[in-house]
Amino acid sequence: MLEKKENLNMVNKQVELNRGLAHMLKGGVIMDVTTPEQARIAQEAGACAVMALERIPADIRAAGGVSRMSDPKMIKGIQEAVSIPVMAKCRIGHFAEAQILEAIEIDYIDESEVLSPADDVYHINKREFKVPFVCGARDLGEALRRINEGATMIRTKGEPGTGDIVQAVRHMRKMNSEIARLVSMREEELFEAAKKLQVPYELVLYVHENGKLPVVNFAAGGVATPADAALMMQLGAEGVFVGSGVFKSGDPAKRAAAIVQAVTNYKDAKLIAELSEDLGEAMVGINESEIQLIMEERGQ
Amino acid sequence: MRIGILAVQGAFALHKEILEDLGAECVELRQASDIHNLDGLVLPGGESTVQGKLIRELQMYDKLKELIDNGIPTLATCAGLILLAKEISNDENVYLATLPVTVKRNAYGRQLGSFNKVDMFKDIGDFEMTFIRAPYIEQVGNAKVLAKVDDKVVAVQYKNQLGLAFHPEMGNDNRIHKYFLQMCSR
Repeated sequence: MLEKKENLNMVNKQVELNRGLAHMLKGGVIMDVTTPEQARIAQEAGACAVMALERIPADIRAAGGVSRMSDPKMIKGIQEAVSIPVMAKCRIGHFAEAQILEAIEIDYIDESEVLSPADDVYHINKREFKVPFVCGARDLGEALRRINEGATMIRTKGEPGTGDIVQAVRHMRKMNSEIARLVSMREEELFEAAKKLQVPYELVLYVHENGKLPVVNFAAGGVATPADAALMMQLGAEGVFVGSGVFKSGDPAKRAAAIVQAVTNYKDAKLIAELSEDLGEAMVGINESEIQLIMEERGQ
Repeated sequence: MRIGILAVQGAFALHKEILEDLGAECVELRQASDIHNLDGLVLPGGESTVQGKLIRELQMYDKLKELIDNGIPTLATCAGLILLAKEISNDENVYLATLPVTVKRNAYGRQLGSFNKVDMFKDIGDFEMTFIRAPYIEQVGNAKVLAKVDDKVVAVQYKNQLGLAFHPEMGNDNRIHKYFLQMCSR
């Protein structure tokens, strides 16, 4: 944790370093893994980072009950198995879980709606931490609120563990159209926009002037095929999280490598056609209308 | 001037912004067919394992290595430095292996070890250097040392190759990119 006495400049430097790491992940694929063996498969397939968790979202969904931060020992096993960055999830608002993940020197914390929320009002004050955070968002307001709390990377929420891309697409499109709207506004209209989005004026001004979020924005939730990854990249994602899509499929190593290449050359349909051949079974999807638990509504 | 920026994965966009501001034309290199008519080459930060794998799978490896061996000015930062190094002390993999130095990857540990520091860069002066899960250079061989931080070598030049452990593309200082473009115009 950052000491209170440290000055604002130090805090800003840390934010810059943490936003910087997200830049290093750009154009890459972050994969959910549950064992050191899976982590090695992911790294060899070209993952730019792994997300260490005990159960992937599809299994969390199947098991039901309260879902929490993973066992630190299991996370450490994965940290030892790979040289790429290792991320882990804590529950929304559960700053004590976040403190534990920082203590074991995780590279990025995902304050995630995939786990059961610990606080139904407040997210973690991420500015108090030295370790970086990524958070999910369904729209521009959620994204900017998380950034204001100290998140240095954003991802769409999508609907985790379904293999259904529709929610991630909806979230990315909504964010894009809201950004375009801010860009086209007259400056005096930005104050009202900030009020409606429930975010500080400075963040709204940044989006107005730059036409993008001040942090890197990935797609997550429901990515199962190279085509899904290419779709999200063409919609403006700067990289992709694949949760259940890899290790719930027939041939994880091959599918993972294909998704990595599809993200790099997301506009080359001919290449993606070749990559999509003979990948074996994709994860069994669940349609939006078939699910009981809507994770995307957690934490707003 | 036409600069190719390796864009298979990583922080290529930040280099592009700076170089375009300085008047260079930039091309994103995502597959072998993108590599032609270049006056300079940038190997950006990112994950070296991913980049190293993709340049082979996408058949870019031989073309890039040939260009560098033939003297194209090359700016390599962080993961890019790892791609260039002849040896990596804590990893059995090597990639383009055109720069005769030994680097240590993730030499400052995990993200909590990342830091900024202002220090001297040869012929340029004080420069704010951003290190993100960075490597440093353990053995410099015949390369010329351009910068050291806490006694560790963090920037070298060897003929046409500039290898930096830090990220000159982060922050608002374009002097290293200017220096690189001067190399490209010679």
